[in-house]
Amino acid sequence: MKTRRSPLTGLAAVLVFVFLYAPLAVVLVFSFNVARHGTMWEGFTVDWYLRLLDNQAALAAAFNTLQLACTSTLFATCLGTALAYGMSRYEFPGKRLFHHVLHIPVFIPDIVLAVALLLFFALVRKFLAGFELGMTTMTLAHITLQIPFIAIVVRARMADCDPQLEEAAADLGAGPWLTFRHVTLPLMMPGIVAGSLLAFTLSLDDFVVSFFTTGPGATTLPILIYSSVKRGITPEIHALASLILVVSAATVVTVAFLRGRTEVKR
Amino acid sequence: MTSAPTESTKVKNRRPRQAVHFGEPLPLGAHLCRASWLCGPSVTWMMLFLVGPLLFVVAMSFAQRGDDGEIVWRFTTENYARLFGQGALGFDPVQPLILARSLGVGLLTAILCLLAGLPVAFFIAGLPHRWKGAALTLVVIPFWTNLLVRTYGWQLILAPDGWIARGLRTANWLAADGELYPGWPAVLIALVCDYLPFMILPLYTSVEKLDPALEEAAADLGASPLRAFWSVVLPQIRPGLIAGCVLVFLPASGQFVIPDLLGGAKLALLGNAVQQQFGASRDWPYGSAIAVVALLVMGAGLWLHTRVTRGRREVALP
Repeated sequence: MKTRRSPLTGLAAVLVFVFLYAPLAVVLVFSFNVARHGTMWEGFTVDWYLRLLDNQAALAAAFNTLQLACTSTLFATCLGTALAYGMSRYEFPGKRLFHHVLHIPVFIPDIVLAVALLLFFALVRKFLAGFELGMTTMTLAHITLQIPFIAIVVRARMADCDPQLEEAAADLGAGPWLTFRHVTLPLMMPGIVAGSLLAFTLSLDDFVVSFFTTGPGATTLPILIYSSVKRGITPEIHALASLILVVSAATVVTVAFLRGRTEVKR
Repeated sequence: MTSAPTESTKVKNRRPRQAVHFGEPLPLGAHLCRASWLCGPSVTWMMLFLVGPLLFVVAMSFAQRGDDGEIVWRFTTENYARLFGQGALGFDPVQPLILARSLGVGLLTAILCLLAGLPVAFFIAGLPHRWKGAALTLVVIPFWTNLLVRTYGWQLILAPDGWIARGLRTANWLAADGELYPGWPAVLIALVCDYLPFMILPLYTSVEKLDPALEEAAADLGASPLRAFWSVVLPQIRPGLIAGCVLVFLPASGQFVIPDLLGGAKLALLGNAVQQQFGASRDWPYGSAIAVVALLVMGAGLWLHTRVTRGRREVALP
């Protein structure tokens, strides 16, 4: 686009960016505010962050959240990557239909997926003694949510790769395994890393699905924040929220960096 | 080209019976065999944990609620009749109102996102090439951060004793006892802030492809900037515009967290209605019926989206 736009466009765009970041900035600023109540600035402190270390509920929730995100991301990355590879290389009946199925979790309102899984787990519990709602059900739910995201990102990456590289390897005498190991997998890697990082943030930030599929005792950070917001927010929650914000933002920036670097390389 | 087909050719071309693999034709049996162990686990997983449960929701929506909230498996269409206004004493507008309100909120959010997204899309498209990636990343970062945190961030900003509310009261734009939060203004502001990236990305994709020569031609032929925008630019960015509106409308009309935290008790939307039925009211069949309606709305929106983008993956993910 070479057309010159009026400076008003730029001004409007900057205002929109301010609007996008305002809620994040407010939480960050308040996490350093001395005031316990109200919306007035009373001075700078890191006290709220230090107090988090003594907050058993927050620490337990943080541990649960990390465990949940790591486990589900690990499983979803393996499943999603194999799926993406299979779908972009091989044919099977119903593949196009499944391609659409894969997009359901991307567009579906969270709450519908959440109650569907809740119903399903309730049904399983009827027939399977000892099956309780908790970390396990949350992990299963998160994997379901993550597989499509990873598969879509990895497939998009594979569509960008030049298939002639693989042909060249095969022509030079590399067998299917060697070709996969030394050509295909390295080509897929940026997609796999980006996809799994996005899936990790998805799990880290998910509230609705976790809320419906969790059981007594298994609280994650978003669930903890939700109940705190319902009861009345404390500055400690600002500190906790700020930490989550920073982790998510850092992950997304890493993904963008990875994508950008591979684009420049090509 | 004997290469593995790319995404776009896959959609358009009829596939040969013997698909190619690494330049070599591979019998369909081999395809099936390899696909089954690569895709099999995920396909099974998604069938078991996504398609199965969703079908179960559909089945549940035709069941009845027992007196103690248990589920009675006797076929009925009562749940849907209730959602569309059939009450014990004739027409009862409460339930249809929730549906109408959700669709209205979704639509309004989409329009506001469009107004806010257009300048950003043009701004980013006008940036030097190396800044575009960074600017787009800046757009999507908030989307990937925690929705709850962003929502209660708005609680803080729009608080009754916050400086925005006080400023508006001083300027007499807000009644002395008026509040931004909880209420409609807060819900709409947070929804627009939340779904703006869904609008900006497809819009940007379309704006990038604009042919500046056409706009210059319009100007040379004497069109005012507004006229040129309306009859030259707008038709060209229509696909991105419609895709963006659908992508905003769908999740916004089913939102549950934002109306829950910012709307107060009276502003229930579809998502809140589902939550209430599965929580406090314990009427799972009726909750399922609401969820099914939400699914149908989504299906219609997706169909429109596919029609407009003609199967091309203009926008997959932010």
